[in-house]
Amino acid sequence: MQRITRQDVERTADLARLSLTEAEIVALTRDLDRILEHADQLKDLDTESTVPTAHAIVLPTPQRADEPVPGMDVESALANAPLREGSAFVVPKVIEGEES
Amino acid sequence: MDSLEAQSAGLAAAEVSSVELVDAALARIEAADATLNAVVGVRGDAARAEAAAADARRSAGDRRSPLDGVPLLLKDNMVQQGEPTTCSSRILEGFVSPYDSTVVTRLREAGAIVLGRSNMDEFAMGSSTEHSVHGPAHNPWDTGRSCGGSSGGSAAAVSSGMLPFALGSDTGGSIRQPASFCGVTGLKPTYGRVSRFGLVAFASSLDQIGPIARTARECAWILDAIAGHDAKDSTSIPEPAPRVSDALDGDVSGLTIGMPREYFEEDGADPEVVSCVRAAISELERGGAKLIEVDLPHTPFVVSTYYLVATAEASSNLARYDGARYGRRAEGVSDVDEMYRRSRSEGFGDEVKRRILLGTYVLSAGYFDAYYRKAQQVRTLVRADFERAFAQCDVIAGPTYPEVAFELGSKQDDPINMYLSDVYTVSANLAGLPAISIPCGLVRDLPVGLQLQGRAMDEATLLRVADGFQGRTDHHDQRPPGHLGQAAR
Amino acid sequence: MSVDPMERYEAVIGLEVHTHLKTRSKLFSPAPVRYGDEPNHNVHPIDLGMPGVLPVLNEKVVGLAIRLGLATHSRVNQRSVFSRKNYFYPDLPKGYQISQYDEPIVSKGWIEIEVPTDSGQPAAGEKKRGETPKERRRIGITRAHLEEDAGKSIHDAAVAGADDTHIDLNRAGVPLLEIVSEPEMRSPEEASAYLRALRSILRYIDVSDADMEKGQFRCDANISLRRRGESRLGTRTEIKNLNSFASVEGAIKAEIVRQAEILDDGGEILQATMAYDPQRGRTRILRLKENADDYRYFDDPDLIPLIIQDEEIEAVRADMPELPDEKRVRFQDEYGLSAYDVGVLISSRPLAEFFEQTATACGSAKSAVNWITRDLMKELNERGVDVGELAITPEMLGALIRLVDEGRLTARSARDLFPELAEQGGDPEAIMRVRGLEAVSDPGVIDGSVEEVVGANAKAVESVRAGDDKALNFLMGQVMKATQGKADPTDVRRRLVERIRG
Ligand SMILES: [Mg+2]
Ligand SMILES: [Zn+2]
Repeated sequence: MQRITRQDVERTADLARLSLTEAEIVALTRDLDRILEHADQLKDLDTESTVPTAHAIVLPTPQRADEPVPGMDVESALANAPLREGSAFVVPKVIEGEES
Repeated sequence: MDSLEAQSAGLAAAEVSSVELVDAALARIEAADATLNAVVGVRGDAARAEAAAADARRSAGDRRSPLDGVPLLLKDNMVQQGEPTTCSSRILEGFVSPYDSTVVTRLREAGAIVLGRSNMDEFAMGSSTEHSVHGPAHNPWDTGRSCGGSSGGSAAAVSSGMLPFALGSDTGGSIRQPASFCGVTGLKPTYGRVSRFGLVAFASSLDQIGPIARTARECAWILDAIAGHDAKDSTSIPEPAPRVSDALDGDVSGLTIGMPREYFEEDGADPEVVSCVRAAISELERGGAKLIEVDLPHTPFVVSTYYLVATAEASSNLARYDGARYGRRAEGVSDVDEMYRRSRSEGFGDEVKRRILLGTYVLSAGYFDAYYRKAQQVRTLVRADFERAFAQCDVIAGPTYPEVAFELGSKQDDPINMYLSDVYTVSANLAGLPAISIPCGLVRDLPVGLQLQGRAMDEATLLRVADGFQGRTDHHDQRPPGHLGQAAR
Repeated sequence: MSVDPMERYEAVIGLEVHTHLKTRSKLFSPAPVRYGDEPNHNVHPIDLGMPGVLPVLNEKVVGLAIRLGLATHSRVNQRSVFSRKNYFYPDLPKGYQISQYDEPIVSKGWIEIEVPTDSGQPAAGEKKRGETPKERRRIGITRAHLEEDAGKSIHDAAVAGADDTHIDLNRAGVPLLEIVSEPEMRSPEEASAYLRALRSILRYIDVSDADMEKGQFRCDANISLRRRGESRLGTRTEIKNLNSFASVEGAIKAEIVRQAEILDDGGEILQATMAYDPQRGRTRILRLKENADDYRYFDDPDLIPLIIQDEEIEAVRADMPELPDEKRVRFQDEYGLSAYDVGVLISSRPLAEFFEQTATACGSAKSAVNWITRDLMKELNERGVDVGELAITPEMLGALIRLVDEGRLTARSARDLFPELAEQGGDPEAIMRVRGLEAVSDPGVIDGSVEEVVGANAKAVESVRAGDDKALNFLMGQVMKATQGKADPTDVRRRLVERIRG
């Protein structure tokens, strides 16, 4: 049984903002299918009442005091910017609707 | 004088200066790195200046730690202010960090000198240091073979005697497996023991920074310098880290060593590797340790569990590399969506894309419960396995990796097979436990690693056993053929 | 068909409010929270999503979220979890927003709103003139969760040029509480009443300044229609980013009209994200939900679940300021004020506090409420300011009222003096002295003026004798003039009547 189709790979690549070549799509469809085929062995385990582990450590939530420190030097904040104007980062225009 | 212990003693006795050590390290890198490709960047002038300051400080009587004045390499996924960090990725081309990682701050406080950055698999994804924009690193024992990964550059540099120690990061074995391949000692501390602040994340719930050096004692010194609570990391252990170097008494008598049945069933593992490891464990028994068999029944499931958890986290952690604020932006893009797609497709290598895709898939609607949540539940079962085992024993022993260093290129086409070989190392990450790989002999002239896993927070016992073993053996003193430091010995 | 779609359809409205929490630093970074600075001046590497950075929770937000929970009769959850909401947008630096998903900090509560009794019902014939009867209704709060704000994308071609977007991350990481209502509102007016009530609570308990102009209080509205009498919910749409009461009402109205037209024509409502254009008074589809993002929520591995102990909740409870509804009841009971007056006084916490302090200072709640609802509100409305921005203090107003109540200053002089006092402040008694405004209470002086006026206005005096009150008013005015308004009008009237009617 094939677990992963080419459409799955394309849809997932779209979510991850990757554009794949034809060769990559073919190879990744095969690889992901094999990986998930192996992962399907987990289905044999009864985890009905098992609490999931998200963290390898159990702690009281660390919290910091609400004390502001001055922002970074603006030149240092922008030093890595591929493109800037004034003190703003510049990216090519956004075409779709706004997020919030 | 290629070990940390030797260099530290030399500095303490004023037989050598820190500037001389830095210059010697630079010369060795110069001589050997064309072959090994273990180092991706050096900061010679800055390091020399810091070494001179360290020399002045020590001669004024202020010796901060055993690391004071000793040069090291950072794996290229730990940031240092004003220095590049590439994670061996094209997407971080040109990136210079505006801030220091906590380990860099702590190393500086200990007086150690960051000489440069070591090669790695891109974003720490891999076990061979072949997936690197800087090209593959090579194993000093056989340059046609892999030095392991993803902290392969760190292990190769220490093994070849370029530097006495280096830091690595370990998400599923990335310190221990290259240490095993290169015949050096590598420690992955308990999750939360060393701050992750400034470590470029691969899989946040699994990542830990740790030392690679020649001996367990040296690793203890390094851990003493970098461990401890950090308020900048919400997953940092809040208690102060005990000084583990104080725990090393060379004595393993009275300790119980657990040998998981599942690690010695030998299916898929190189039988010579397994018998080498068995022999090593017998040496601990001769030292007075008690050996028992333990069960880790979920061992067959750990690799799948690990890859589902790690890639899911990675897919989210690597979303920030988008070409907007730093790193490489694809040229000639006309809208923001094209910027994302092209910058990421051009910037990430195949292995990273494969893992981002897998991780994105297992988190996506309709698959989350079947894969990601299921893996988190199995993670709970894996933890429980270790809790039961550690009720019976102090340390769990077995191979670090099912084979010795493989040939470069031999696993490129078979990622799944490569993943399956992580079976012994990923559990410690899933369970958050400390684990160490120490050299325990040679098979076909290549090093074999003995892995010891310990109770959470109990690096002391782990290191005590490793140190006890090294006190009774000399596998850690073996050097690769043509080793640069051999002339000096 | 009738023009009013509300006759055929019932609207089902739920609101999601994003409100900035009142902190000095950001949710997960120590960068300052400030408004109006140049782009990227209030950022930390954490806010830029630099490689290797990690979030650490600001402790202040926990207390603020608990406050909101208590104020909305909600459950404060002992355990809540920070999750990552993954999507790409250039003002979202990490490629995910840290938010709370299936385990929010606050859940299942309600607030009360005041709405016209027939609100949400079809207009039944001609409405009665005059005051509409009002009733109080509970609107359920589904949940409230903590999350970080995104930065700002500046698409404006005048700033960024036609081909570019500018990114300012000053706002990235500012703490937000997202408060989600049950879909229990039935009209644009109810939605607006809910928002006003919620905003008032947030400000009362000092959780948020909720300044809409600064973008501190933003609203998304979910709307669906169903035929009257039907119980099944229709397909809903979500209007994003409404940042004034007017645009919330306008947008919901417009969306009801749009959906009703589609349904009237036998069409189908598509699940969509909408934007509202206030200029044209219309909503338009931004994107359809079928190709909406799959956010791939999962627990943030960098943040351990937030555990809140009962003691922490009790400490916040002990420290809670009085809520608007509690004040309403107390003001009615304690001071015997009318529902209308109480409504005005509790409209803001500073005003209510001003009232109580004034009442204490002058010893009369009745006088205090009169002066505040009449003279003070007039000044506030005319100047468009809050009570704290005026120079007058409750002590000053109390002193002024006392002068009047003791008969030392006439009400008229006091009212003349009020705008100046509001603007500049000062000691009313001292001002009265300096200006010579003391009320004339010497009977000899007043009787002298009465005698003079009676003597000079024989005709008017005749009319008063004949029972003409207008003439009496005229004579009173003359006496007041003669005493420069400093006599007590009641006293003057009494003496005039005694003098003329004997
Ligand atoms: Mg929302
Ligand atoms: Zn939100």
